Amino acid sequence: MAVTILIPTALRAFTDRKAEVEVEGRTAGEAVAAFAGAYPDIRHHLYDDAGSLRSFINIYVGEKNVKDASGLETPVRDGETVMIVPAIAGGKALVRDSGACPDDTGRRP
Amino acid sequence: MSIISDRRLVALDNSEIPRYSRHLLLPEVGPEGQQRLKAAKVLIVGAGGLGAPLALYLAAAGVGTIGVVDHDLVEASNLQRQVIHSTRDIDRPKTESAKDRIRGLNPLVNVVTYNVALTAGNAMDILHDYDVVADGTDNYQTRYLVNDACVLLDIPNVYGSIFQFEGQATVFHAADGPCYRCLYPAPPPPGLVPSCAEGGVVGVLPGIVGTIQACEVIKLIVGVGEGQGLTGRLLLFDAWRMKFREVKLEKDPACPVCGENPVINELIDYEQFCGLTQPDEGMDGITPLELKARLDKEDPLQLVDVREQHERNVFAFEGAKPVPFGQVVRRMDELDPHTEAVFICKVGRRSALAIRALREAGYAGRMLNLLGGTNAWARDVDNSLPQY
Repeated sequence: MAVTILIPTALRAFTDRKAEVEVEGRTAGEAVAAFAGAYPDIRHHLYDDAGSLRSFINIYVGEKNVKDASGLETPVRDGETVMIVPAIAGGKALVRDSGACPDDTGRRP
Repeated sequence: MSIISDRRLVALDNSEIPRYSRHLLLPEVGPEGQQRLKAAKVLIVGAGGLGAPLALYLAAAGVGTIGVVDHDLVEASNLQRQVIHSTRDIDRPKTESAKDRIRGLNPLVNVVTYNVALTAGNAMDILHDYDVVADGTDNYQTRYLVNDACVLLDIPNVYGSIFQFEGQATVFHAADGPCYRCLYPAPPPPGLVPSCAEGGVVGVLPGIVGTIQACEVIKLIVGVGEGQGLTGRLLLFDAWRMKFREVKLEKDPACPVCGENPVINELIDYEQFCGLTQPDEGMDGITPLELKARLDKEDPLQLVDVREQHERNVFAFEGAKPVPFGQVVRRMDELDPHTEAVFICKVGRRSALAIRALREAGYAGRMLNLLGGTNAWARDVDNSLPQY
């Protein structure tokens, strides 16, 4: 099944700025895995170390969140869209843990 | 259904009629809706890109009391999108600048400012007096804090968020639908995704998303029919492709704060929840001055600039190999694991992510993070370069 993955802006740094790609897959999980396979830099952003989809990532098949269907087993039909919807928060530093990273004003936290 | 009960309605005086004439002409608003707006108390969390249009449109619409929480000062880099602040406001508290603008626009509005960071310690006290909260914050810990406080206090949370060209908006109201945790049970681990401060944001985007939030706030107050508000629907907006999409949001029965058996019954430590208090183990940093000294000694180092091409056009980092942040794993073979590598970005954050990604991908060489990035280099070593 050829399905279209819709890529959020936050992940386009890993896809040469592409906003959508076509992949093969019979389920939402297979489609997303095929997508991650095509762009290895993105894998770490989609899956945790145990290989589970990260909890700030939602996958929609059409308008439906796969969480409210059969999860990654949710079937996809030929030509359907699979949209990745991550949490986004806007402006500020997301890294304040190492002390190595100043905030966006250049000051140390 | 309006969230403002009939007993709170206050009559409009004659001087208000011309100001709100265009609302009064709408059967959906009318005098009664305008009276509800006058009675309403709305808290805007964050007087930034989203908070600016929120505050301006809600003030213009005649919301009786507008609270504004923000602890930042206005900076030059805010002015590209935070249209409530002006050039002359640079270095002033954002709350003060916002208050002046709201008063200038509509002196009938009672403006309450909170020049503090919203925390688990003060959130319940600040929020409990309001009818609606509009979340215009810019970080995950405050988003979860606002969400939980709104659920615990049964206040609708009109949500908007932005990144680069993309926006999200919805209304979280646990009494009628899902909350933020139903959608996103946990935030990204710190440092996984770059922020707007690094990724950039197109200035009109928060204008559009914040205005959508303002519209939803007004509808909650005036009252609209079933399905007309954004509760249970997540609006996704791509400004560059000019596309709106909409997906369904459902309440998660297992949600820890609004589900059937909630385990979060009071506010928690949001810094800890968002993983911001754990040290980043084993990440070695190098300050700009240390790097300069080592380069002057001609130590063997490979410099890797993970900034994007358009940033390198601002200025190139001399001697550095350009490998954009999103390609480091794919292009790992281009690095020499026998030579120490220094990773460079604008503020030292994407470079840290690049190091982490390479380490996880099995890169064996020693890696150092240029602390503070090119901005710190420009500040501490080479003043001829710009900080951007």
